Amino acid sequence: MESPVLIEIKNLKTHFFLDEGTVQAVNGVDFTIHQHKTLCVVGESGCGKSVTARSILQIVDQPGRIVEGEILYHRPDRLSAAGNGEWTSGENGASGSSSAEIIDLAALDPRGREIRAIRGQDISMIFQEPMTSLSPIHTVGNQITEAIKLHTDMLDDEADEHAVELLRRVGIPRPEERLDTYPFELSGGMRQRVMIAMALSCNPALLIADEPTTAVDVTTQAQILELLEELQDEFGMAIMLITHDLGVVAEMADDVVVMYLGQVAERGDVDSIFHDPKHPYTQSLLKSIPRLGVSRNRQRLDSIRGMVPDPYNRPTGCMFGPRCDHFMPGRCDAVSPPAIPLGPGREVHCLLYEDE
Amino acid sequence: MSAQSTNGSEHAATSNGTAAAENVLLDVRNLQKWFPITAGFFRRTVGHVRAVDDISFHVLQGETLGLVGESGCGKTTAGRCILRAYDLTGGQIFFQDHDGKMVDLGPLTNNEMKPYRQQVRMIFQDPFNSLNPRMPVIDIVGDPLKINRVAAGKALEDRVASLLARVGLRPEYMRRYPHAFSGGERQRIGIARALALDPRLVVADEAVSALDVSVRAQILNLIKDLQEEFNLTYIFVSHDLSVIEYICDRVVVMYVGKIVEVAETEELFAQPFHPYTEALLSAVPNPDPRMRQQKDRIVLEGDVADPANPPSGCYFHPRCRYVQDQCSQETPELREIAPGHFAACHFAEELTLAGVTASGELG
Ligand SMILES: Nc1ncnc2c1ncn2[C@@H]1O[C@H](COP(=O)(O)OP(=O)(O)OP(=O)(O)O)[C@@H](O)[C@H]1O
Ligand SMILES: Nc1ncnc2c1ncn2[C@@H]1O[C@H](COP(=O)(O)OP(=O)(O)OP(=O)(O)O)[C@@H](O)[C@H]1O
Ligand code: SF4
Ligand code: SF4
Ligand SMILES: [Mg+2]
Ligand SMILES: [Mg+2]
Repeated sequence: MESPVLIEIKNLKTHFFLDEGTVQAVNGVDFTIHQHKTLCVVGESGCGKSVTARSILQIVDQPGRIVEGEILYHRPDRLSAAGNGEWTSGENGASGSSSAEIIDLAALDPRGREIRAIRGQDISMIFQEPMTSLSPIHTVGNQITEAIKLHTDMLDDEADEHAVELLRRVGIPRPEERLDTYPFELSGGMRQRVMIAMALSCNPALLIADEPTTAVDVTTQAQILELLEELQDEFGMAIMLITHDLGVVAEMADDVVVMYLGQVAERGDVDSIFHDPKHPYTQSLLKSIPRLGVSRNRQRLDSIRGMVPDPYNRPTGCMFGPRCDHFMPGRCDAVSPPAIPLGPGREVHCLLYEDE
Repeated sequence: MSAQSTNGSEHAATSNGTAAAENVLLDVRNLQKWFPITAGFFRRTVGHVRAVDDISFHVLQGETLGLVGESGCGKTTAGRCILRAYDLTGGQIFFQDHDGKMVDLGPLTNNEMKPYRQQVRMIFQDPFNSLNPRMPVIDIVGDPLKINRVAAGKALEDRVASLLARVGLRPEYMRRYPHAFSGGERQRIGIARALALDPRLVVADEAVSALDVSVRAQILNLIKDLQEEFNLTYIFVSHDLSVIEYICDRVVVMYVGKIVEVAETEELFAQPFHPYTEALLSAVPNPDPRMRQQKDRIVLEGDVADPANPPSGCYFHPRCRYVQDQCSQETPELREIAPGHFAACHFAEELTLAGVTASGELG
């Protein structure tokens, strides 16, 4: 049942060194992404979701850098070397993914040849703000074919054809005509589709989508989520989906990572996270969302008291301590909660579960 | 006398008929706001964006009316017309005066609008850009009081302090600048400012959309509490239907500048009469992974229509899965399908549309 491991993140720490102090944006994160599966990363604004994603690709902005930890990429074999072949899952190999090459992305030089070969080709990313990641002065067609030519040996004509095919695949009508349009001429939903087409140009093993639907409305969101599901079925890529919308998580995720202030609060399969949440933060998050069809009769929403602390004044011990209803003085403010395993792929960082 | 021109006012009349006894605070009739599209050296007008195109609705004293619809359907424009931030292209905006008289705000001059500007206030979407970064909180919240000569000096300071306390901020922080506050706290400052002049009607435009879930819950609770305390009336603009369902008594659904459905919240969510509302409801992700299979997500084809160049007949017809020949030829009028429940679809009576069923509490 369990599909092979694609990415294994171990104790990842990415910090920003500013004049005012050090921002520990990602501070000891562990999780695993499986082939062909969707992993959702949730958490409040500023908890380190985007920085984690950028760390995988080694595109953390200055003055930030990975200071500790490993990002192990279990590179699957391609069936064909053409650059647009299927990925073999390793299941049909003799003993799982034994043939897979393992690369520690965290150890690669951010400007080196190796990571540049992986970006786009093995792992690609859709960014939070589509307008800033598409070039305003180049046509849509140019941008996609550039991405294709960078990672394959396709010639101009072939690349053009492939670009049209990709645009058609992501549901853009009359794709031949769209090659000559500029991003500003497209609606938000269309732009997001172009981003997805670009990200898929080399059939990556992992697609990282950072809040791909936050800037669009619900009906467009439904279109894009549907598209991602279809493409995953067709191409078999793994998806790391970053969002703060728990509804999107419930609809898309196989596995979920809940982050709080640079750390993992809890992770596990989607059903456990929604129906048996263990961490007090996950529990309060789930109680604070209005639910269609049930919230009408309820007088008040449960909310989490207080605010996310500012990154320069992190609490001691458990990061969630100051807002936690189960806070245990002398323990929660003294000890940083370790990972407590609850089952395969399931763990919680909370001292309440220490003796179980 | 054509059906076309009486359409909107008929609706207003019907809804007012039932509402008269219930104390209508705001009665919008046939509201239109078109923006000119200009081209060339002489800025010749070559067309119009029909941002709001002949809409009628009312708001009762003390109720919360939701305004929903996709991006660009005219929600903000409608809100800004009510505040008279825009001159109207057409229609009337009747507002109940302190002495119970209905006054049309539409033709009023800036000067004549002044007393009403205190009574109708707006909470803006973006807690980061809607506050002046060079003003301390005491000025941001206190300015409306000063400008309208409501309070000054120590009295002003006391009033600001009590407003801040009311929205859950520490009065000691009143000399700080906006950058020193988090997103949720800034939204509270915006709310305190909107409440400074004891308004009677507050237009909240995507007031919680930019906030994280946990902070959003705090602000939604606050908005509800303040309503009870001050008998406030809200127009709550949002594209988030779960928030709309939680906070609103009645809901107006817009599509490309027009109203397609109006109903009490519970009814609208349980039994929509317009295919667009059905699609909108089905698109809301359900925060329960066990509901995945049960759900039929209706994925609309294509983009929202262009309000400068809307389709013929029913504006929704190119995307509607129940479309028939008549739909591209005749514009459906907003009609009362069930008591207090209006929809603009030729086949509202025949279609059986899916609403939202309770998903049950999570364990
Ligand atoms: N370039 C940078 N310079 C300094 N600090 C940064 C930089 N980028 C991110 N940070 C800090 O790192 C922390 C994590 O940021 P990150 O962007 O990963 O948050 P996020 O979880 O993606 O939030 P959001 O939901 O708002 O996108 C924040 O405190 C942020 O201020
Ligand atoms: N000042 C303006 N000049 C010209 N066109 C405008 C102006 N303001 C709005 N529009 C257009 O009018 C239409 C309605 O815009 P409006 O901002 O009211 O939509 P909305 O429903 O609030 O959308 P959103 O959910 O994105 O905030 C859009 O097509 C918009 O481009
Ligand atoms: S470790 Fe303590 S403070 Fe942290 S979540 Fe658990 S109970 Fe709450
Ligand atoms: S009038 Fe026709 S096209 Fe319009 S919503 Fe009704 S069925 Fe659909
Ligand atoms: Mg982010
Ligand atoms: Mg708006």
